[in-house]
Amino acid sequence: MNGAKVTIVDYGVGNLLSVRRALEHCGAAVVLTDDPHVIAASDRLVLPGVGAYGDCMAELMRRELVEPVLGYVRTGRPMLGICVGMQILLDESEEFGRHEGLGLIPGKVQAIPGTAADGTPHKIPHIGWTPLRPPGGRNDDAWSGSIFRDVEPGAAAYFVHSYTAAPADDSHRLADCDYNGRRISAAIRRDNVVGTQFHPEKSGALGLRLLASFLKS
Amino acid sequence: MGSVRLIARLDIKAPNLIKGVRLEGLRKIGDPNVFARRYYEAGADEILYMDIVASLYERNSLADIVERSTRDVFVPMTVGGGIRSLEDAKVLLRAGADKVAINTAAVKRPELITEMARYFGSQCVVLSIEGKSAGPGRWEAYTDNGREHTGLDAVEWAKRGAELGAGEILVTSVDREGTRKGFDIALTRAVSRAVSVPVIASGGMGTVEHLVEAVKDGDADAVAMADCLHYDRLSLPDIRAGALEAGLSVRTV
Repeated sequence: MNGAKVTIVDYGVGNLLSVRRALEHCGAAVVLTDDPHVIAASDRLVLPGVGAYGDCMAELMRRELVEPVLGYVRTGRPMLGICVGMQILLDESEEFGRHEGLGLIPGKVQAIPGTAADGTPHKIPHIGWTPLRPPGGRNDDAWSGSIFRDVEPGAAAYFVHSYTAAPADDSHRLADCDYNGRRISAAIRRDNVVGTQFHPEKSGALGLRLLASFLKS
Repeated sequence: MGSVRLIARLDIKAPNLIKGVRLEGLRKIGDPNVFARRYYEAGADEILYMDIVASLYERNSLADIVERSTRDVFVPMTVGGGIRSLEDAKVLLRAGADKVAINTAAVKRPELITEMARYFGSQCVVLSIEGKSAGPGRWEAYTDNGREHTGLDAVEWAKRGAELGAGEILVTSVDREGTRKGFDIALTRAVSRAVSVPVIASGGMGTVEHLVEAVKDGDADAVAMADCLHYDRLSLPDIRAGALEAGLSVRTV
């Protein structure tokens, strides 16, 4: 969608160039900012996040961006959290001690179990391309009514993570994936807030389709 | 087990994509950005840029190539060659790389692996090992495109590297690189069994069967391919279809 305006919250964690370029590829006009006023005036907000949960939250707080982000969400305009930016949408995480998140979606973030469902050890972090599925099966209304509507169930997205979101309410699960029998929350949603554990900007055509849908939301 | 990742490997002598045999006798092939884009569009799961002359801070360097690729490559990019410090790694990550691969600097100072893993996370740190046969069932790790001895046993080094925090091991067989004779399966398997992190087999892919062997017999989690793609001997859709037919799990594009 040409000219759709997107603001990426630039709070000093991780590399935002790839997200920016992917959004631009989809036709967006992108602004990077840590200015609360720019956040408040945004049409669409992307909340990235890389590294440790606690560090991301600490950096948001240090820059006094928690309230501006929450205020933006209250207006009902769309926000997309990516990777740790998705995880901090939840209440808390147990990564390196207990850390409070933004509390926009009830639930917490836990370590991916160190063993597969059959008890054998598996590799952590979960890195790579993993197929997505609607939690409610093929005729999942939440999926088809979301930015996933153009994504074929079973298509794979690119993940890199050691911790995983566990939403308290199953209705907030938008997409799941399976890592050696362990259920991983691939995307969550509550009202105008969507988060993806995987990286849409690194997930090839699937990721670009999602971002394009987000630009239309 | 997850999908096998198909990685397009581009060896760079900036500003060119180059290719040699056993990491020597380098030939210019073309513009790396053009090739990377082509491989992305053909369905590569990942792009691997390896700078063979370590030109990190020169004009039109590896970082510039990576930065340009963020415009038209939307899959993960791993970048290696000449990274000596956290600062070097930051330059490349800022340019759009997702992971950095280190070899020489890690051999000189293994703690660098840990420092990088702490700072960027293990998932960002790939230990690149150039393994060369040193007798039956033994391989020595080399640096500088297979020219410099390290005295390290490649398998032991992989194990130590993973313990120090490397999130992935890239194993390039110096003996097989550019030969189209297939991956060094014994080396790949020995490394895969020694570590719990993903292993990328590199060097020697000439046919789809080679890929299948590397995964089934070598336990590789990913395969890097270079000249079979650069010279159009194989196409990514055909490789993917062949892998699927052989019963491997690959991403559907």
